[in-house]
Amino acid sequence: MFIHSPSYFAQSSTSIFSPAGTPSHWIFTLSMFVLSITGLIFLIVAGLLTYALIRYRHRNLLTYNEPTQIYGSNQIELAWTVIPALIVVMLFLTASRVILATQDAKKPTDAVDVVVVGHQFWWEYRYPKLGIVTANELHVPVSDPAHPTPTYLEMSSADLDHSFWVPRLAGKMDLIPNRVNTMWIDPEAPGLYLGQCAQYCGVQHAKMLLRVYADTPQEFAAWVAQQQKPAVEDPAVAEGRAVFLHNACVNCHTVTGTPANGRFGPDLTHLASRDTIASGAVENNPDNLKKWIDNPDTFKPGALMPPMHLNDHDLNAITAYLTTLH
Amino acid sequence: MADSVSGLSSVEAIDLTPVEKPRQLFLEVLYDWVTTVDHKKIGLMYIAYSLTFLVIGGIEAIVMRIQLAVPHNTFVSPEVFNRMFTLHGTTMVFFVGMPILFGFGNYLVPLMIGARDMAFPRLNAFSFWISAFGGFLLYYSFIGGSGLYGAGSAPDVGWFAYAPLTAKVFSPGHSTDYWTLSILLSGIGSIGTALNIVVTIICMRCPGMKLNRMPLLSWLYLVTGSMVFIAVSPLTAAQIMLMLDRYVGSHFFDTQAGGSAILWMHFFWIFGHPEVYILVLPAFAFANEIIPVFSRKAIFGYPAMVAASVGIGFISLSVWAHHMFAVGMGAGANVFFVFSTMIISVPTGIKIFNWLATIWGGKIRFASPMLFSVGFLFQFLIAGLTGIMLSVAPFDWQLTGSYFVVAHFHYVLVGAILFMIFAAFYYWYPKATGRMMSERLGKWHFWLMVIGFHMTFDFMHIPGLLGMPRRIYTYEPGRGWEIWNLIVSVGAVIQAIATLIFVYNLVHSYYKGEVAGNDPWDAWTLEWSTASPPPSYNFATTPIVHSRRPLWDIKHPEDPDWNYE
Repeated sequence: MFIHSPSYFAQSSTSIFSPAGTPSHWIFTLSMFVLSITGLIFLIVAGLLTYALIRYRHRNLLTYNEPTQIYGSNQIELAWTVIPALIVVMLFLTASRVILATQDAKKPTDAVDVVVVGHQFWWEYRYPKLGIVTANELHVPVSDPAHPTPTYLEMSSADLDHSFWVPRLAGKMDLIPNRVNTMWIDPEAPGLYLGQCAQYCGVQHAKMLLRVYADTPQEFAAWVAQQQKPAVEDPAVAEGRAVFLHNACVNCHTVTGTPANGRFGPDLTHLASRDTIASGAVENNPDNLKKWIDNPDTFKPGALMPPMHLNDHDLNAITAYLTTLH
Repeated sequence: MADSVSGLSSVEAIDLTPVEKPRQLFLEVLYDWVTTVDHKKIGLMYIAYSLTFLVIGGIEAIVMRIQLAVPHNTFVSPEVFNRMFTLHGTTMVFFVGMPILFGFGNYLVPLMIGARDMAFPRLNAFSFWISAFGGFLLYYSFIGGSGLYGAGSAPDVGWFAYAPLTAKVFSPGHSTDYWTLSILLSGIGSIGTALNIVVTIICMRCPGMKLNRMPLLSWLYLVTGSMVFIAVSPLTAAQIMLMLDRYVGSHFFDTQAGGSAILWMHFFWIFGHPEVYILVLPAFAFANEIIPVFSRKAIFGYPAMVAASVGIGFISLSVWAHHMFAVGMGAGANVFFVFSTMIISVPTGIKIFNWLATIWGGKIRFASPMLFSVGFLFQFLIAGLTGIMLSVAPFDWQLTGSYFVVAHFHYVLVGAILFMIFAAFYYWYPKATGRMMSERLGKWHFWLMVIGFHMTFDFMHIPGLLGMPRRIYTYEPGRGWEIWNLIVSVGAVIQAIATLIFVYNLVHSYYKGEVAGNDPWDAWTLEWSTASPPPSYNFATTPIVHSRRPLWDIKHPEDPDWNYE
């Protein structure tokens, strides 16, 4: 078994009880309200039950006189129909407000747009207005309450049902083929927010992990500028580039400025700027990259990238090339 | 008045020495069972068949829990894990839950309404055998699916088999075909049995048993049976559409050719949600019979209980899309399904309150059937409350597809339904076999089951709240999930041990149990007026009833029930 580097994986809770964005705050408040009501109902009913079971227990199974028979009471039935019905109506109205506020929220003009495409077993992120295509690591700006810049995610799927779930930012939203769903997130503090695919989508559903980086406006601008640059052309790794271009890699992967324009796998133009590979499964370092290219099953058995069967020399060359794609 | 209860003039003192039966050859016995059309034998075959699958489904659960006990475990491969949860879910719903409840229905309904058999005895046998063939097909894919007799190639599409994962392109080979066929066949069996139960209850009641005098168990089976038609038919239609997709290239669910993934979800959940009530209503039925007898009181609010059951039946047909709050249905549809889902808690609440009122002021005997019923009451209360949480769509956006949901529905399926099934076993075993089950083993079974159940499913809510999705074969350390998963796995093993004690008790008591007599629990419904086990014709003379508790009337001629109707 490989060992994870703590710097990339030790951090960050995915608890729904530490919300860090508007939709998740709304859900959190509503959840607490619902939990208190159901908790109260539990205490009352379970309390009465416990009392009755202790008070009316009868140890001797053989000697008893039949207790007074009571067949029912319309007043009592009415009471325990009407009171729960009123509680239901109250809960329903409260829940409906949050549903409408979240789903029918008006999109601000300076919102960031991202097209999210779910794939077996990775995430594609396209920023149509900024001309950026990336994979598995979503960068969004922090949304300052004074100048809200929420990110609107337009979600669809290339193959199967998937579900986008970053618990601290928002509830989940499914990605379904032939359909476009939208959701919005507005992280309130910079940092990394984790999540993962929440809809079963085949063998490696478990390792379709989500990483959302909430950047400060400056960091975000810098990241955008970097991603908009063309791929680096380093003559020192020309050999690795050639190996890349002469193998099946190009059928699935894109590196802008080269003939590689496949869209089946993640865009690799700025691969080296990412912290992880294999959709968040392992740290992005030359060693892991090499193992991944040699046999993706090492990290993700069932991943759709085939083992490339390269010799050691080519493997080193191609790894060296990929590590220059900042 | 006593002689007007003709055919039921008394509960006679009976000879408790076991009757020596003539020895039969094994083949004779086998032939007897395979060709039988007696509702009691068919009921017992359903039960035996379900118990076999309960053990198989339990083994699958244990395999999953070993895999998830620690992060990055490599006990099984991802493929095997995915097959395990698919088979576990399919087995437990279609080959344990439905048949075991039909088994009890088959056995009890005619006895409790004073009939000699089901309305259509041969349809009854057909329904059983075709359901059993369905179960066989599901597991046949292990050996007949693909490759070298396909060893190890079992369905891996999840028990709700969402499209387009089941399309030929994403699910090559034949394992998904076996899954579809197996559901299709067992569905046909279920519809046959449901029809039989409904017609039996409507047409075969003994003289004097008006609808409002039926035991509540019959009422609940009437509602359940009616729901099975409405709910299982769309499932069967969907399976046929899926087979057309896979065999002849139609495109109902094939999204690569423009088919709809959401269509499958609607079809599946139009079946899938009522299915929960199809399973839980019989559990309520057992509770309605057992709780009064062990509290020594009439059920509180019989008409309200009937109304609540029928209400649950109707409302449950309009709640299916609460499984789909995260598919982007739009605010309007979400709001509708929030309301329809929440409102079902009102009739359900009525039931819980009426059970509470039945216990109140009674004299409670904590024999095994009552112990399991008490477990059921508390656990079903919690299951209902987490159900309300999930009906709040925004809360559900966080919880759906997470381990919280897994914990919630196991609370219903194990905490409520399985506990009541166990209660029903302890309660009616003496009727079916003539011998009591061991109370000592029953108490061991109950307490281990309670401890194991709560270790497993109480703590399983927590990783869900901490962001752990369901159906993942492994998980990353460092998110606070490890300790909870370990506790859950230990709890699952304890439940398995408890279940084995139960199975041992079943077998052991058959030979060594105390002889029961006709009416060991001092109960009030008709099945206790005939011999244990009942003869093939059930009743020597057709009973005539005058109230909801015919045996109470005989035992208490000074204060019969009909004075209070």
